[in-house]
Amino acid sequence: MGLLDKLKGLLFGNEAVSEGKQDAKPGAKPADAKVEQKPIITKPKEEKPVADKITVGHVHMSGCTGCLVSLADNYEGLLTILDKYADLVYCLTLADVRHIPKMDVALVEGSVCINDECSMEEILETRENAAIVVALGGCACYGNTTRFCRGGQQNQPQHEGYLPIGDLIKVDVYIPACAPTPQQIRNVCLMAYLLLKGNDEQKALATAYLTPLMNLAAAGTEACGCDLMTEVINQGLCCGCGSCAAACPVRAVTMQYGKPQIERDLCIKCGACYAQCPRSFFSFDVCGQYESITNLIAEVMKP
Amino acid sequence: MEYLGQYKAVYKAKSGCEDILAKAQDGGIVTSMFAYALETGIIDGAIVAGPGSEPYKPEPMIATTVEELFASRGTKYSVSPNLALIKEATRSYGLDKIGIVGTPCQIQAVRKGQLYPVGLRDVPDKIVLALGIFCMENFPYQGLFQMVEDHCATKIENVTKMDIGKGKFSVYTERGVNSQIPLKVTHKYEQPGCHVCLDYVANMADISTGSVGTPDGWSTVFVRSAAGEAAFNKAVEAGWIIAESMDGVKPGLELVEKLATEKITKNQKYLEHRAHKDHAALKPLRNPYI
Repeated sequence: MGLLDKLKGLLFGNEAVSEGKQDAKPGAKPADAKVEQKPIITKPKEEKPVADKITVGHVHMSGCTGCLVSLADNYEGLLTILDKYADLVYCLTLADVRHIPKMDVALVEGSVCINDECSMEEILETRENAAIVVALGGCACYGNTTRFCRGGQQNQPQHEGYLPIGDLIKVDVYIPACAPTPQQIRNVCLMAYLLLKGNDEQKALATAYLTPLMNLAAAGTEACGCDLMTEVINQGLCCGCGSCAAACPVRAVTMQYGKPQIERDLCIKCGACYAQCPRSFFSFDVCGQYESITNLIAEVMKP
Repeated sequence: MEYLGQYKAVYKAKSGCEDILAKAQDGGIVTSMFAYALETGIIDGAIVAGPGSEPYKPEPMIATTVEELFASRGTKYSVSPNLALIKEATRSYGLDKIGIVGTPCQIQAVRKGQLYPVGLRDVPDKIVLALGIFCMENFPYQGLFQMVEDHCATKIENVTKMDIGKGKFSVYTERGVNSQIPLKVTHKYEQPGCHVCLDYVANMADISTGSVGTPDGWSTVFVRSAAGEAAFNKAVEAGWIIAESMDGVKPGLELVEKLATEKITKNQKYLEHRAHKDHAALKPLRNPYI
């Protein structure tokens, strides 16, 4: 992944943006702020800091853009990430690039509509062009609300079959939940950076951190609040901490007599409860270092 | 000492406040730490095991004042899913600095939640004081109820205090110790999830505390993190907590380590047993640890 590719990517349809940039006064409007991100990856700063960055793309399949909003909800943290650690080389909403380029990490939001040829092509292209594919959010991981789709909606009533991306391509890392949290997305981005660009020690940390999320990706594409019963309580592992109830975005999980009670009709199948459970996965190596890792994240996120 | 985790200091300590001690389980450390932290703004709310709808059934609650905090004093030997309120505290209550008390597994859940905030938006940096309590095992409420009503033949609403110590489960009423049963009898009522737990003294807490190791009326306190150390030292300085050296204290750290070793080696064996390596016909049960 050379600088050349990146420059090429930037040149596509970039004129309008650079023109606009010259006219634009540094304003307070959010729209202006987005345009200002551009100079970060153009000429003046291109020389040194960029060379060590990883390239990240956001691929939008059938999702609601909530995952992307969550990424952006890192606020100034997002600017720090784009400034120091990652170039956003593809993102229909934030970067003016029309075709999926080569990249280190693809954050894929949404499930894939198998009745839509373009989506099928793009998910394949994503796998071919990205070194690491991350399923971002419940839809990409487990189908989430798109599991309940039965077609018949305007303006594409024939679109009724939706699959989590893992049913079509090999996925490396899962970030479950609806929406995934800004902090979880940030942590995965930083760990991906350390994995690809860090020293041996940092690589070991990133591997240890990402392993459980890779295991989730390997475990399959089905999730439900029922996992708390089948994989935790039935297995004699529940400690009644309540993490699942806190994690559930639709309040389908309540704690009754110290155990989760799942309102199954409310569950949207996002996978947050099970992934948050300390008895779904727990790494003493990673969590035992919570203080130093937290300090590290705070340190590297300084603007 | 590997089973006791990393710590900066260990003390024999108790509350400096008579009101707290009057209703404390042991040294009243958790209540004193949170009361001090609330009074001085180190935290603006604490998630604690408050009184529930039935006697001795804990219900997690968010205490934002010392009065609310006092309602939760004393140990309830049943599961209080304190983590369930962790997002509620930051969202509905709008708290920026949260204290939380929990058993070792709950503190593990706190740390996992901070590093893997899958569904805990904006929570990680708002947890500023996680207090852990020593824990051998816990009981589902129905189990506790049976222990008290059937084995100890005591109406649970008449109970004024329950205690586990010196190998016995004791139930107190207005008349003093009403009934004692050997801990052996209580084992079958333990929560199954406790049997895979590999932590006795809340190794990942900012401060962990429990009665084991120090004389009656005192608590053993491990100060572990930088945040825990800062808060604890200030609380001692302000007189909310009286802390003394553990040197020469009987039974001391030796007993803490003995019990930690007992619990953890027993549970490690159980985890190995769950793998069903000796039974070709049995599939392994799931192991949560990686």
